Amino acid sequence: MIEVDVRRRHGAFTLDAQFAANAMDTGDRGGVTVLFGRSGAGKTSLVNLLAGLDRPDSGRIVIGGAVLFDSETGVDLPPEQRRLGYVFQDGRLFPHLSVLRNLTYGMKRTAGGGPVTLETAIDLLDLGALLDRRPATLSGGEKQRVAIGRALLANPRLLLMDEPLASLDAARKNEILPFIEQLRDETGIPIVYVSHALDEVIRLADTLVLLSDGKVVAVGGVEDLMSRLDLRPLTGRYEAGAVIAATVRSHDEAGGLTLLDFAGGTMRVPYTDLPLGKEFRVRVRARDVSLALTEPTDISILNVFPGTVREIGGEPGPQVDVLIDIGCPLWARITRHALDKLAIAPGKPVHALVKAVAFDRHSLGHGAGRFRPSDETD
Amino acid sequence: MPFLTPLETEAVALSLRVALVSVVFALPTGLLVAWLLVRARFPGKSLLDALVHLPLVLPPVAVGYLLLIALGRNGVIGGWLYDSFGISFAFTWKGAAVAAAVMAFPLMVRAMRLSLEAVDPGLEAAARTLGATRRRVFLTVTLPLMAPGILAGGVLAFARALGEFGATITFVSNIPGETRTLPIALYTLTQTPGGEASAARLAILAALLAFAALIGSEWLARRVKATRGAKAGS
Repeated sequence: MIEVDVRRRHGAFTLDAQFAANAMDTGDRGGVTVLFGRSGAGKTSLVNLLAGLDRPDSGRIVIGGAVLFDSETGVDLPPEQRRLGYVFQDGRLFPHLSVLRNLTYGMKRTAGGGPVTLETAIDLLDLGALLDRRPATLSGGEKQRVAIGRALLANPRLLLMDEPLASLDAARKNEILPFIEQLRDETGIPIVYVSHALDEVIRLADTLVLLSDGKVVAVGGVEDLMSRLDLRPLTGRYEAGAVIAATVRSHDEAGGLTLLDFAGGTMRVPYTDLPLGKEFRVRVRARDVSLALTEPTDISILNVFPGTVREIGGEPGPQVDVLIDIGCPLWARITRHALDKLAIAPGKPVHALVKAVAFDRHSLGHGAGRFRPSDETD
Repeated sequence: MPFLTPLETEAVALSLRVALVSVVFALPTGLLVAWLLVRARFPGKSLLDALVHLPLVLPPVAVGYLLLIALGRNGVIGGWLYDSFGISFAFTWKGAAVAAAVMAFPLMVRAMRLSLEAVDPGLEAAARTLGATRRRVFLTVTLPLMAPGILAGGVLAFARALGEFGATITFVSNIPGETRTLPIALYTLTQTPGGEASAARLAILAALLAFAALIGSEWLARRVKATRGAKAGS
């Protein structure tokens, strides 16, 4: 359980953030709380307050039952006593130490008694070949893997990750993300993950904390927050879309398709080598969804879902976002002209058309399996 | 050393001893002052800064005179030191070391300060999140990263101490075997009729010493670099 209620002024900027996330109550898995917001929203400031690298003007920070800071009672643990692993955006490996000695730097405290052993970390993050190297000779992706291992080996009660992928290119990003997913699924250490990249959120988040201008705007599940129209300015308009929890049902290799079960039925996406039964998230962008009043036939579009119009976005301009309930929320972006012509209004039954090719490999999050399709239908 | 006269051997040995002792004692103080100037915030910081740099801009003779007033047997501090501990700096080789240390101090602090400014506080913060106390962070992160600067400062100070003349001769005078360091011996010879040849030999000796110190520091720097790997990145 993470309870944060802090205020901190930096010149003209004021961070005033309150949230509680029960990322720790996800059974054997630690759970990931993503702090999401634009740059300048106060994400890093908030994480530094958690880590004890900066001090709130007032407030309270409780993590896993331990009071780390409380201005009322005067509690303010120094960073070295907070037991929070911190993976920085820029890695911050010690340049004068080998990879191995970087990894073991924080192990003094635990005398190797943490839940993650050196062998496990090396294995999990595939660091075996790097141990004798110097940080200066590592690639960006390798550096971040070492940084994650180093934080992990200090036996943290929680891992703070401040945009650990932000300085990497897309290829390196995709090299690291699976490691973080594995970390989440296998070590049981809860993670607070800072990001402004939607694809990372979708792949990793259990709980989403939306930050804007130093304030927490919303806290909740990814699917819920992404479908909320009022949060659209923060979750992004161009990239806007629904996040849907799905399970791999079957593969049609001859047809080049993979079939996914989700709350709205079965979805066909281009073939992907995910194992059967794998739970993950799919992002369906609003601009890839069309609407029809009757079920169309003889079309190339493979995914047709019947549903009901719930809400119509009020944005000015020639395009409108329409929220449809197909068993789970789905967004369609259509022209205002089409809206008027089809007389689309809340309550109206429609068919949502999604091209299979609209699902690129990138939008398939291997994400948190906690949100089953059946959870979504209530 | 068979090819040196006893007088030359004496002067070189004394100079080396004075320079070495001055550097060894100035190092921790220099480190503390450099740290205060870079990292600490306190009233009178610019005063300390100015004070440290004073020997750089003051005539060395004036520094020697101030030392004499302060640390001489009848001086404010010197009198107390002598009465309490029986330590006397005036007219002893220890006084020469003090003079050399004071004169070399600004150079040493400057090098250390630059290297400390180059240490990324983010690395120190990272170390603390890994459970290291301030003390351990300083010993295992800050100090090793400062090492090239400390080394450079030490070598610079050593070279400066070897050549120290004005403050030394003013403070501890020119006593053969006690305070007559190489530069002072050289000066004495130039003032002695018929001492030109010996003076030339000493001048060459001084040049060789300085050269050896430079080569030595270069070798040390390379070793430090080698044990730390390529020094790219932060």
